[in-house]
Amino acid sequence: MKTRRTLKGHGNKVLCMDWCKDKRRIVSSSQDGKVIVWDSFTTNKEHAVTMPCTWVMACAYAPSGCAIACGGLDNKCSVYPLTFDKNENMAAKKKSVAMHTNYLSACSFTNSDMQILTASGDGTCALWDVESGQLLQSFHGHGADVLCLDLAPSETGNTFVSGGCDKKAMVWDMRSGQCIQSFETHDSDINSVRYYPSGDAFASGSDDATCRLYDLRADREVAIYSKESIIFGASSVDFSLSGRLLFAGYNDYTINVWDVLKGSRVSILFGHENRVSALRVSPDGTAFCSGSWDHTLRIWA
Amino acid sequence: MTIGGGPRGGHPRLQMPCLRKMERLIVSMQDPDMGIKMRNQRLLITVIPHAMTGNDIVEWLIQKYGISEEESLHLGNLIVKHGYIYPLKDPRSLVLRADESPYRFQTPYFWTSAKWPATELDYAIYLAKKNIRKQGDLIEHEKDNYNLLHKRINHTWDFVVMQAREQLRAAKQRRKGDRIVIDCQEQAYWLVNRPPPGAPNVLEQGPERRNGRTSRVQLNMDYYKREIEYCRKAMARSRVKSSICLEGYIKFNEQYVPHDPIMSGCLPSNPWITDDTTYWAMNAATATTPTKLRVERWGFGFGELLADPLGRAQLLDFLKKEFSAENLSFWEACEELRHGEQARIADIAAAIYQQFLAPGATRWVNIDSKTMERTLEGMRTPHRYVMDEAQMHIYLLMKKDSYPRFLKSELYRNLLAEAVIPPETKKRVFPFMRKQRHSSPSPALFLPAGDTEARADDKARGPAAAPVPEEED
Repeated sequence: MKTRRTLKGHGNKVLCMDWCKDKRRIVSSSQDGKVIVWDSFTTNKEHAVTMPCTWVMACAYAPSGCAIACGGLDNKCSVYPLTFDKNENMAAKKKSVAMHTNYLSACSFTNSDMQILTASGDGTCALWDVESGQLLQSFHGHGADVLCLDLAPSETGNTFVSGGCDKKAMVWDMRSGQCIQSFETHDSDINSVRYYPSGDAFASGSDDATCRLYDLRADREVAIYSKESIIFGASSVDFSLSGRLLFAGYNDYTINVWDVLKGSRVSILFGHENRVSALRVSPDGTAFCSGSWDHTLRIWA
Repeated sequence: MTIGGGPRGGHPRLQMPCLRKMERLIVSMQDPDMGIKMRNQRLLITVIPHAMTGNDIVEWLIQKYGISEEESLHLGNLIVKHGYIYPLKDPRSLVLRADESPYRFQTPYFWTSAKWPATELDYAIYLAKKNIRKQGDLIEHEKDNYNLLHKRINHTWDFVVMQAREQLRAAKQRRKGDRIVIDCQEQAYWLVNRPPPGAPNVLEQGPERRNGRTSRVQLNMDYYKREIEYCRKAMARSRVKSSICLEGYIKFNEQYVPHDPIMSGCLPSNPWITDDTTYWAMNAATATTPTKLRVERWGFGFGELLADPLGRAQLLDFLKKEFSAENLSFWEACEELRHGEQARIADIAAAIYQQFLAPGATRWVNIDSKTMERTLEGMRTPHRYVMDEAQMHIYLLMKKDSYPRFLKSELYRNLLAEAVIPPETKKRVFPFMRKQRHSSPSPALFLPAGDTEARADDKARGPAAAPVPEEED
């Protein structure tokens, strides 16, 4: 595997990124408040928005591909419809959707453009209606900042998992707002959670330099991915399409590729010159994108 | 070395568990038996004791962790960047070179975790010393910082200069070798804590965590009631044996690995590697002849068939033949309700009722009486999840009844037989001539900007309704 594209254009640390369902477009956000939509195949920038705050730590692409959501130190999540009209300023049509009492750490659209799930440094997650900004459901239970969330990949289910600074990963029922299961085996903050493609398990990456796999039916941790030589925390994890490989970006500027079933490391990828802060596999599994504090994003295949 | 470590009580602790681990590694590197063999290193004419070469460090790490040279060099570099090991030869650049360049371990006094945050006073004293020694000839950024500090802590400036002079005088009493070492130690410490402009700041952490104490959980009656309920549910929940779960992963893996482009490659070729977008064109929602892998995947589970717009269309055709197409339409309408705009919930629910559930409805779906009763009850105060039970009933009906028949049907078997296996792209004769990368129309283009009706409709239905035609190569 090697870098196939390098996206340069952010003037500061890249903090988050997300893929569009068309498998080639991505949205990325950075410390200086800029949110950029790229066609990563051609490396062209298609849209750019400047947020009124710095440290935009969360961004997400809408399922339809027509809007993006982002937020950070402004404690809010805003939705921007994407427009190609040169006369329209994207910031003009901005919708302020979520309101938290501390920084926004993660956001994700649910199955449609109409609802957004957010996680915040105030210890809660919340589900919002995009059009009205109404709070549909809130999720309390974490004892500290919630840093990440991921929606279950099921067409019938209604659950999501969140990870926080209280070292816990919690699975929630979106309808009732109740916590269904919780897992507490990490030694430090959980920076990233991602469901296994079948939806029966999820992986987490933490500051304790390990990634762990938790099975939902067995209700326990079933694997730890760690190596003595890895001492820096994992900031972002994602599975390949078949769930055989787990890609994890670390704060030591590297990406480690783990064999999920064997528990061993397959390879280590160098290239970034600062922390890897975001990592997502493309919707069809042909490549993955990593965003880093070295101001660039790389597509690996 | 310097007086005044700054008030420790009020300052936030550097929350980096990696530093603890690095320190443990450093300690084991200095172990007299298993650690790095240190000896005297020559630096021009002076002899520095207890030093090692860059090569030694890299070799030791390779031995200890069984990692490659590249990884060992990378790890060593990070240790140097964090100031736990410093170079003697080129002290201004904290870089590990895998050659005979001499390095030394930083004294624990100056460890990143011990002496953090670095105080302005200490920095001022350090710069003042340098200033005196170099008679005003400081590096650009150090000069700027010096002037800034001079302005900011002007009231204690006399103390600063006095301290600086005293330390310089004491240093003159030492042997040359010791003086060099102490200088390097100090310089490394300040390179980490006050990096020059352009150099990455390894101590930067991002926004502070755990600083909000506003919405913490209140330990009151409600909280404990919830905890008891949660524990009760947890104990009552049936757990599956891990061995069975692991078998599940293996089975899933066997099924899906051939479909994983990163594991098994993709035909005709991975667009990211060859710049050829045929793979995407062939697998688009509007493709006329689906690939064999794609059609096979529809057989993995009902969810896979529904998730692929082409698969769903085929299912609809099949259901039409069986006169149960309204089931799929009902399910889709319920999805629209579940994920719809809050303001329109009541309307959508009413529309669903009229179309599918009311007696004499045009597309009546067959649900059992109990579910119908409960749904009607819920319709009095329609909410997002009012159709959940009915939707699940129909979903299970399709999954357990229609889906297996679909897989055995002639329609599906024909699809499988006619499905193509794209030939692998032949390797280009002149690989350095890159294929031109065509752009594709953005999905955002497909809704007229002012047409809010259409936009809401399409949004509710998700990507299935707005196919993106790919440019043919």
